[in-house]
Formats: sequence, C-alpha cells, structure tokens
Amino acid sequence: MNILGIGSTLPEQTVTNRQLEEILETSDAWIRSRTGIAQRRVMKGSELTNLALSAAQKALLDAGLNGADLDMILVATTMGDYVFPSLSCLMQEGIGALCPAMDLHAACAGFIYALETADSFIKAGKAKHILVVGAEAITRLANWNDRTTCVLFGDGAGAVVVGAGEGLLATRLTARTDKDVLYMLAEPGNSPFTNQPDEAPAGVKMQGQEVFRFAVTQSIEDLTWVADIAGKALQEMDWVLLHQANRRIIDAVRQRLKLDPARVPGNIHRTGNTSAASIPLLLDELYRAGLLEPGQLIAMSAFGAGLVSGACVLRWGKEPPDKLTPAEDLFSLPVNITPET
Amino acid sequence: MDDIMRKVALALAARTSGDPDGITAETRFNELALDSLDVAELVMDLEDDFNITIDISRIDGSVGDLVRIIREAAE
Repeated sequence: MNILGIGSTLPEQTVTNRQLEEILETSDAWIRSRTGIAQRRVMKGSELTNLALSAAQKALLDAGLNGADLDMILVATTMGDYVFPSLSCLMQEGIGALCPAMDLHAACAGFIYALETADSFIKAGKAKHILVVGAEAITRLANWNDRTTCVLFGDGAGAVVVGAGEGLLATRLTARTDKDVLYMLAEPGNSPFTNQPDEAPAGVKMQGQEVFRFAVTQSIEDLTWVADIAGKALQEMDWVLLHQANRRIIDAVRQRLKLDPARVPGNIHRTGNTSAASIPLLLDELYRAGLLEPGQLIAMSAFGAGLVSGACVLRWGKEPPDKLTPAEDLFSLPVNITPET
Repeated sequence: MDDIMRKVALALAARTSGDPDGITAETRFNELALDSLDVAELVMDLEDDFNITIDISRIDGSVGDLVRIIREAAE
C-alpha cells in the first residue's frame, strides 16, 4: 500500500483556554502544563460529514483521482453525525463514489486500524483505491461540566487515498479489554421494557493516570515492535508521529525512546486531541509544509479507549505538493495564543 | 531510611532536582510540585526499578503511602 493523496480539514471555530476559563473553573496555565494544549477547533453544528468530505476531496485532488475511482470508503470514527447511516456512507454521494462504504471504530487508534484494513483489501486484490479517513467530533461527546476532560478534545478530519505499493513496512494492532480506564456509556434509549442502567451516560470518563501509563508503555512497545519488523532502528526514522492526545505523553515517549525532538513534531497545542483524526491531520500538515520527501521513513503510533493501540512504519513515496503551506509551530509550544478574530 | 524509601526519595529528587535527604514519608507529592501525571511517570519508573505493578489509584498523595504500596507489591 502506498499513500497516493492526503488532505485534512479543521472546523473554523477556535476555542482558546482563555475562553474555557470563562465557563469552567480552570486556567490557561493548568491546561497547558498538564496537556500542552492552548486551543482547539470545535464544530459549531452537526457538520462532521462536511468536514470529512472536505478532507476527502483534498486527498482525492492530491492523488489525481475522482470519487468514481474508489473501490472502498473506510472511515475511522467514534461516531458520525448519525448513529446510522455510517459517516462513510453519508460521504459517498458527496465525493461521487459508488463503492462500498463502512465505518471502523477503534477509538483514537482508528486511523492506523483503518490503514491496515485498507492494506489488506489491496493486497488481497479486492480493491485498487481506498479512501481512508479519520474524522471525529469528540467535543460533542465530552462532558463540558468535567473540567479535567473536556479541555482535552478538539474536532477535525484527515484523509488519505491509498493504492497498491510497498510503502507500509510494518503494522501492529493491539486490543485489551479495560473499559474502566476510558469510556463513554451509550444512551439507554426509552424502551418501557428495559431497566434504566445503574450509571447514567455522562460523556467521556477517564482515569488520567492510568491512561497516561497505558499510552506511554504501549506506544513504546508498539513503536519498538514495528521498527524491528521493518528492520530499522527507531532512531533511523525521519519522523515519529505520535497520537496527539497529551503533550506530556508525547514527551514521555520521546524521552524514553531517546528520540530527537526535531523528529517528533506536534500540533496538539493548536488542535487538542482529535482522536482518530490526529495522525492524518499531523501527517498532512507535514506534507503540505514540504517536510515529507520520497524515501523518508515515518513511524506512527496511536492508542485509545478499549484499550486499543496501533502503530506502523511507512516509507513515504510522494513528492512535496506544488504549493507549500508553511508549517506552523510544529515543534514547540507557543507561549501566547490569542483567539482568532 | 530503608532501601525502598531511599530509592523512592532518590527517584523523586532526580525528578524534582531536589535533595533526597529532605524527602520523608510524610512529604506529599504536591509539596514537591508534582502533579498527577508526574506521579504516574514516577510510578512507571519505580515499576521498572522494582519489577512490580503498582495500583496508582491506591496512592493517597504521600511518599510514605507509595513506599508502603511498593513494599506490599514486592513481597
């Protein structure tokens, strides 16, 4: 499998930590020191389908393909604009595709799960071109009365079009049942024949320390594993893209693996945790900035509720785009973030 | 000071650039300006050092409590 095209889109609305100070008992300093997040993008309405469509159209354009060229649409998402139809099916018409479409739920690791799934379809000869999307509206799942968790999340969508090739050198997917560490209960519905649950749904719930420990140990294990399968040392990677969940997790993984900070970029300070969208958003930002060159090795690692994780090593095959978008501050946390006007 | 307390004090001192001799069982993590994620990272280091698994949820915020949990896990 090779990535033939890539694109991403963030919602227009920026929400800064200062704005959160006005509605929550929190502070910009508290949020920054514990998460590295200064602002995030938050959807104004039920527009995830449009966000994902926009990212997909950019990826198709970048690949020089049309929707009709697709053999499958595979969307990693926790929940689209509807419980059903799936987000992928809602996207199909908008991109002019006629192919099968399905959503894949592997929480924040969803994009890497979806890449591996796409690779398997292509290797089996059952598909030539697959659109793989990571799209999330996590801010509408968060509990905005819980100041320890709602500050973490942002919305966004990233997409790639993949085709035949040898670019995916190694992948590792894991899952281990542990629902208490990170979960969100489903709505119980209103069946008169069903007892109401003991615990009412109340958005995302998280045991922060346990998530931190899982994320750091699992990412280290997964990255070491995929580098070994790819026959490379992690220090040989041109880029190591870690799921943008928390700057403290990113720093802990980077330090423990003794990775060069210049090879571990981040945009979490601007995006927050966008779940399954975080890896393709970051990858697209690097690509648009002209930082990815053919032959470069890219390791990626993500983890999330389940508990699940995914990691892979890619050999990048695309030339930089004709029109470059200068990289914003990908490698450091800005001191001053003011609301966009 | 026993071995476990000494190792924990040294790990804390390394993390806070402080003096290990100034850390006692009564010292609380917030007095050392450590937040919950610092404690989680400290626990991960100590798990590796002692080759044990520590239940983070049982730690009440004091160094002595962490030492007691390590001692129980190591037995």
